[in-house]
This record gives sequence, structure tokens and C-alpha cells, in this order.
Amino acid sequence: MESSASAVMPGTPSTRTNYDDQIVKMFFTATVVWGIVGMLVGVIIALQLAWWPANLGLPWTSFGRLRPLHTNAVIFAFAGNVCFLGIYHSMQRLLKTRMWNDTLSRIHFWGWQAIIVSAALTLPLGLTQSKEYAELIWPIDVAITVVWVVFAVNFFATIAIRKVSHLYVAIWFYMSFVITIAVLHIVNSLAIPVTATLSYPLYSGLTDALVQWWYGHNAVGFFLTTPFLGLMYYYLPRAADRPVYSYRLSIIHFWALVFLYIWAGPHHLLYSALPEWAQTLGMVFSIMLLAPSWGGMLNGLLTLRGAWDRVRTDPILKMMVVAVSFYGMSTFEGPMMSIRAVNGLAHYTNWVIGHVHSGALGWVGMISFAILYWLAPRLWNRELAHPKWVDAHFWLATIGIVIYTVAMWAAGLMEGLQWRAINDLGQLANPSFVDITARLQPFLWLRLLGGTMYLVGVIMMGINFWQTIRGPGKPSETAPATAAA
Amino acid sequence: MSDDNRTPNEQGPVDGVSESAYGAWHRRVLEGRAGLFAVATAVAISIGGLAEIVPMFTATDMGVGEDMPITPYTPLEVAGRDLYVREGCYLCHSQMVRPMRAEVLRYGEWSRAWEYRYDRPFLLGSRRLGPDLHRIAGKYPDAWHYEHMRDPRATSPGSIMPAYPWMLDRTVDPRIVTKSLRALQRVGHPYVDVTEENVRGSMQAQGSDIVASLQSAGIESQWDTEIVAMIAYLQRLGRDGKAVLSGIGAEQEEE
Ligand code: HEC
Ligand code: HEM
Ligand code: HEM
Repeated sequence: MESSASAVMPGTPSTRTNYDDQIVKMFFTATVVWGIVGMLVGVIIALQLAWWPANLGLPWTSFGRLRPLHTNAVIFAFAGNVCFLGIYHSMQRLLKTRMWNDTLSRIHFWGWQAIIVSAALTLPLGLTQSKEYAELIWPIDVAITVVWVVFAVNFFATIAIRKVSHLYVAIWFYMSFVITIAVLHIVNSLAIPVTATLSYPLYSGLTDALVQWWYGHNAVGFFLTTPFLGLMYYYLPRAADRPVYSYRLSIIHFWALVFLYIWAGPHHLLYSALPEWAQTLGMVFSIMLLAPSWGGMLNGLLTLRGAWDRVRTDPILKMMVVAVSFYGMSTFEGPMMSIRAVNGLAHYTNWVIGHVHSGALGWVGMISFAILYWLAPRLWNRELAHPKWVDAHFWLATIGIVIYTVAMWAAGLMEGLQWRAINDLGQLANPSFVDITARLQPFLWLRLLGGTMYLVGVIMMGINFWQTIRGPGKPSETAPATAAA
Repeated sequence: MSDDNRTPNEQGPVDGVSESAYGAWHRRVLEGRAGLFAVATAVAISIGGLAEIVPMFTATDMGVGEDMPITPYTPLEVAGRDLYVREGCYLCHSQMVRPMRAEVLRYGEWSRAWEYRYDRPFLLGSRRLGPDLHRIAGKYPDAWHYEHMRDPRATSPGSIMPAYPWMLDRTVDPRIVTKSLRALQRVGHPYVDVTEENVRGSMQAQGSDIVASLQSAGIESQWDTEIVAMIAYLQRLGRDGKAVLSGIGAEQEEE
């Protein structure tokens, strides 16, 4: 890669050739593999909800055990590995230095994959702490802490030895990710061990609930949002070949986002017995969160000004546009759902699942695919094996998301309204819970269809990369920006 | 490879924004100083967390209700609760009845903060693929739960709940439950005389009652099976709260 790069680029070839791209490739591969696994499990649990026999009557395949496997695999394995690959790739270039210590990078990589494998083994066995997105048993929690510290040391040491004084906006977002996840993970995981696989949290009852949702909401904020905004700030301008629209806006929305996010957790506990003031704080800060969220969305979309002709033809840019739009959509929906009265209807229903996946499939998934497609030809110095498949993937994913979320909104509204409906006599209009569930079945099948389309796209991407890397791909002679077009 | 290694600090697209924006105050103050930046981030994220969480520990007047007569779970119920966690029942069932008319009609009294005092971990749930279970105690006989866990379609045609046939044969281990109680004791649950013998005795006594009630419905079971522990827990859920609330009257309790 050095030869072709230095031919075009003026500057400092010696520094460039020193970047550790091997670690990026490792995280890249892990991302694709875990992405397929995690979403396959998503499709399986979607099937179980539409058709219960898919639980198979076995302990380790029943819904209650596979659902945490899905969430952990897509969040920590898929999204996590995307963050790491993007951070290792972009921060070396932004700071013009190789990672501080290659061994720490490897410990981070193998440690993280070992954690994922142990999650995939323990969750189906029913070994769990039950806190959503923090299910893993305490020994794994300890391992996460150690690996995270290794990552953080390497990360900050690399910043310390940087060759440029200025820290680009992407780096700030990465920093907030590294710091905040450490704090959240440790505080939420404090527990008293009973056996090697069982423990009880230090907090009880509603305090435990508040700590958990402080963690849970910020896992969304600092695992699925801030690092991805950082990635957006690096890869979107890169792919579009346009400067960031407003640097000033990025500063303002960064600080506002980081400050406001932390307060919003109680919107998961509206109408609970949590003290009124805490619920109100959560609601108010959630609504305020709309502003910095849209700051990021607008900055992303406006960066594409003047490149819209390319957006129409370049599937990578199309994915980025859809991703940023879904980010805007879900961060509009979220604050709305935080309004007490709206939450009264949405809470507990499929509507929340629709919201989750418009953020997860639309924002996290799409921006990740775009980055992967942009990087693959550059990392392996080859042209994509099937450039046309990228466009097919784009359409499968986009239509899949729309089917998924629309089905969930419909189902959520329907069940929310039917649960609460009261007839003229002052009795429940739908006293039977199962009858309401039965009416949702068509939507659950639709969701399965949307999710399957999305999964097919991801599998196509995996095959595409496999054949690009392993197959008869030839070293690219032209600029790879056109390779995927 | 034309732009692969260009950094935003060169004239590249990422920060092709006017250099003047870079020369501004913020660049000098924060962006060159990673350490300061990291500290500022940590401070920004700590404020909200501390402001919300610390009062939950310190304040006593939050309706946590130190004086409410809530008893800790019995050994058998602790075992059942751990099974509830193991099987992920909380992913389909909430344990939080909201103060809304339809919810109270459907499930019973809305849930109070003090009812959760001995809930470690909390199991409020965030999803209702099935009905709320916070007031399930006493709603059905033991035998109903037995049949329902064996095959939900047997009692509730059209149910999407998975079957849990393995719970019928697998057993719970009083030794582990003893360890559980000791751990819970350490974080303040008022158990006394936690010995393996006492724990086993307590589990056997409570389990045998359930076995007897199952027997009267023609079902054979053992006191130490998982299903019996599960039934013990379900028949306990929300019971204390219901008793208190019906005793003192909801209005009174609300002040
Ligand atoms: C896939 C979601 C799902 C899971 C997982 C699940 N349930 Fe259910 N559960 C339901 C549904 C749907 C109903 C309503 C229909 C019925 O009675 O089966 C229900 C009903 C119940 C009821 C009766 C509630 C009432 O008021 O009539 C109990 C008790 C119950 N479940 C206990 C459990 C326990 C214990 C577990 C874990 C071992 C569990 N459920 C796991 C979906 C689920
Ligand atoms: C193929 C695509 C996917 C399918 C079919 C799918 C399906 C599902 C299903 C069926 C559930 C359980 C819903 C319920 O409880 O009613 C779920 C939950 C969840 N999924 Fe996915 N999923 C997919 C992709 C993803 C991705 C890519 C992410 C994140 C990056 C994600 C994150 C989550 C989260 C966080 C939850 C838990 C939501 C909650 O607790 O409210 N999913 N998914
Ligand atoms: C301004 C931004 C946002 C706000 C204010 C917000 C608000 C909310 C609210 C009110 C809920 C429902 C809680 C409930 O009733 O149970 C929720 C659930 C959720 N949201 Fe968001 N949201 C935002 C953005 C996002 C984004 C971008 C994502 C994904 C990438 C996301 C992922 C989730 C998840 C995973 C849940 C489900 C949690 C659970 O119950 O397990 N949110 N959000």
C-alpha cells in the first residue's frame, strides 16, 4: 500500500507506512463475522415471537436466553468492533502517528473477542445478571474492565505522542466514548459475588433501576451514538471529499450532547415509582437532547452540500445519507417518547422496539456498512469483488428498515391503545391479553421479513468482502473511490 | 489510494473549513490539550449522573418506606427469583403496574417504591410481550402455574410464551441458596441464622406445601424441583404490597 499511496501524496511517506493497519483489518473481520451472527440471532428471535415453536423447547434456544445474546452481539460485538476498527484506523491518521503500543492493541483485540465468545457461551446457558445491555456475569465484567483499561491506556498514550497538536473533532467523540463507557460500566456492575457465575447488585429496587437506566440510556448515548458521530466526522467528509460544514457547530453540539445525555436515563422509568423530580429531570433533559442531536445530523447532511450529484450514484454516500437521516429521525422520536403522556402509550410496546431499530439498523448499521465498504478496498488494496452488490445491499437494508420500523410502530400503537381502552361500563374493552397479542401477529411476520432483508444484505456484504480479500481480486490501479460506485 | 492517508490537518476535505475557525479561542483552550479535554469530558458526564443517583442513596423521604412491612424473599423464593432471571422472564414480563386506570383494572394496585426494597437485581422490565406480573400472587392456583410453565398453550390457548418443561425435572441446590442468602445478608437483607441446614429446612417446608397443593390437583412433584421454586416466587410477587395497600387503603398511603 505504501508504494501507491506515496506516489500520489506529497508529505511524509515514512510516517504513513508506519501506521498499524493490521489491527484495523483484524477488527474489520471480527465486525463482519459478529454482525452476521448477531443479526442472525435477531432474525431467530423475531421468528420466535411470530411463531412460538421456534423456541424449540430447549433451554438454550428459548427467547429469554437468546434475546440478550442478540443485543450483546449486535451492540458489543458488531457495533463495538466497528468503533474500534474506525478508531484505530482514523486516529493514527488524524494524529499522524502509529498506535503507541502494538501489543496493547492486540491484547485489546483478542481480549474483546474472548469476552464476546464467553458472552455467546454464557448467555444461552442462562448465566446473566439481567440488567439490559449489562447482562454478562461478574467475571466477564471484570475482564471487560481490564480490556477497557488496556484500550484506554493505548488510546491516551497515542494521543500523547501525536505529531500534530490539534485534536480533530472525531477524536473528542472517541475520548468521550472511552471515558464514559468506563465510568458507566464500573458503576453499574458493582455487585457482590455469590458463586463464580452468580452475583447480586449492590443497589436494590428502584435505586438499582435508576443506576441501570442511567447506564442503559448512556450505553445508547456513548456506545451507539458518540463514537459513531466521531466516525461520521472522519469518514463522511472523506467519502464525500468535502470539508465538514461547520467546525464551530461540531464543538457546540459535542459539549451539549456530552453534558445532556447523562441526565436522560429516567425517561426509561416514567410512571414508575421513581421520585417525581427524577422523572421530570429525565424528561426535560431528553427533550433538550434534540438540539445537539440535530446539530450533529445537520452538520453531517450539510457536509454533503455540493456533492449531491455523487450521492445519487455512490452507494457509500447513499448509505451515509440514510444513516444520518435515521439518526435525525430516531433522535426526534426519542425526545417525543420521553414526554410523559406519549411514553404512557409507547412504553412496554413494540413502538420502543421500532425506535430502537430505527436507530440501530438505520443509524448504527448503515453508517457502519458505509465505513466498511469505504475501507475494504483501501485496507486490502484491491477492488471490491462485486461493486454492484453494494447498491443491492443499500436497497435491501433501506427497504428492510422501513418495513421493520413501520410494522413496529403499527403494532406498538395498536397494542398500546388496546391495552388501555375502556368501554362505556368502565371496564377493560380488551380484557384478554392474549387476544391483543394475537392481533399483532401480522406485524410480527412483517418485521421478520424486514429483518431478514436486512440480514441478507449483511451476508452479501460478508461474501463480497470475503471474495475481495481471498478471491482473485487484483491490485487496484485507479483511485478506489470509484471501485465501489 | 489517493486520499487514504491525508489527515484533516492537511488541506484535506475533512477540515477544509477556514483556518480562521481553527485559530479561535477554543483551539487554544481545549483542543490542543488532551489531558484537560479528557478531564472536562469526565466532569461534564459526572454532573448529571451524580445529581440523579446520589439523592437516591442519601434521602430517606422518597417513599422508599423503611417502615413498610415488607419481608425479604424466603430461601425458596430467592431460588425461584434466580430462575426467573436465568430464563429471562423479565424480557417479556414487567413488574411495574403504572398508576393509570386501565393498568389498575387489568393488573391491580399500581406498584410502590417500597415494594422493591429487597429486589436484587430489580426486575421492573421494559417490555410487555406478556402481562405484568407484579400482582400475580394468588391470581392462579399452584397447579395452573405448573401446567402453564409446562405448556403455556395448555392453559392459555394462543399464547406465544415459550414452554419450560425442563423446570419440571431439574432441581435447585440449597447449598447455593445458602450462599445467596449470605451475600444478600451482607448487603442488608435481614436474614438470621443462615446455615445450610436451616435453608434446606425452610425450602423443604415451603416446597412441601406447594407439592401438596399440586398433589390435590393430581400432579406429582418434589419440593426441590425448579418448578416448585418458580411457583413459590410467582405466588409471592406483590403479595406483601397488596396486603399493605388493602390494609391501610391506597388514599391513606398516598397521604
Ligand atoms: C416470549 C415472551 C415470554 C417469556 C420469555 C415468558 N412469558 Fe410468561 N407470558 C407470555 C405471554 C404472551 C403470556 C400471556 C398468555 C399466557 O398466559 O400464556 C404470559 C403469561 C404468563 C403468566 C400468566 C400471567 C397472567 O396474569 O395471566 C405467568 C405467571 C407467566 N407468563 C410467567 C412466566 C415466567 C415465570 C417466565 C419465565 C420462566 C415467562 N413467563 C416467560 C410471554 C412470555
Ligand atoms: C437483522 C436485523 C435485526 C433483527 C431481525 C432484530 C430483531 C430483534 C428482536 C425480535 C428484538 C426483540 C424485540 C422484542 O422484545 O419485542 C430485538 C431487540 C433489540 N435489538 Fe434487534 N434486530 C436486528 C438488528 C439489530 C441491530 C443491528 C441492533 C443494534 C445495533 C439491534 C439492537 C437491539 C436492541 C438494543 C434490542 C433490545 C430493545 C429493547 O430492549 O427495547 N438489533 N431485535
Ligand atoms: C435524543 C435522543 C434519544 C432520546 C431522547 C431517546 C429516548 C428514548 C425513550 C423515551 C425510550 C423509551 C423508553 C421506554 O419507554 O421504555 C428509548 C428507548 C430506547 N432507545 Fe432511545 N432515544 C434517543 C435516541 C436513540 C438512539 C439514537 C438509539 C440507537 C442507536 C436509541 C436506542 C434506544 C434503545 C436501545 C432503547 C430501548 C431501551 C430498552 O428498553 O431496553 N435511542 N429511547
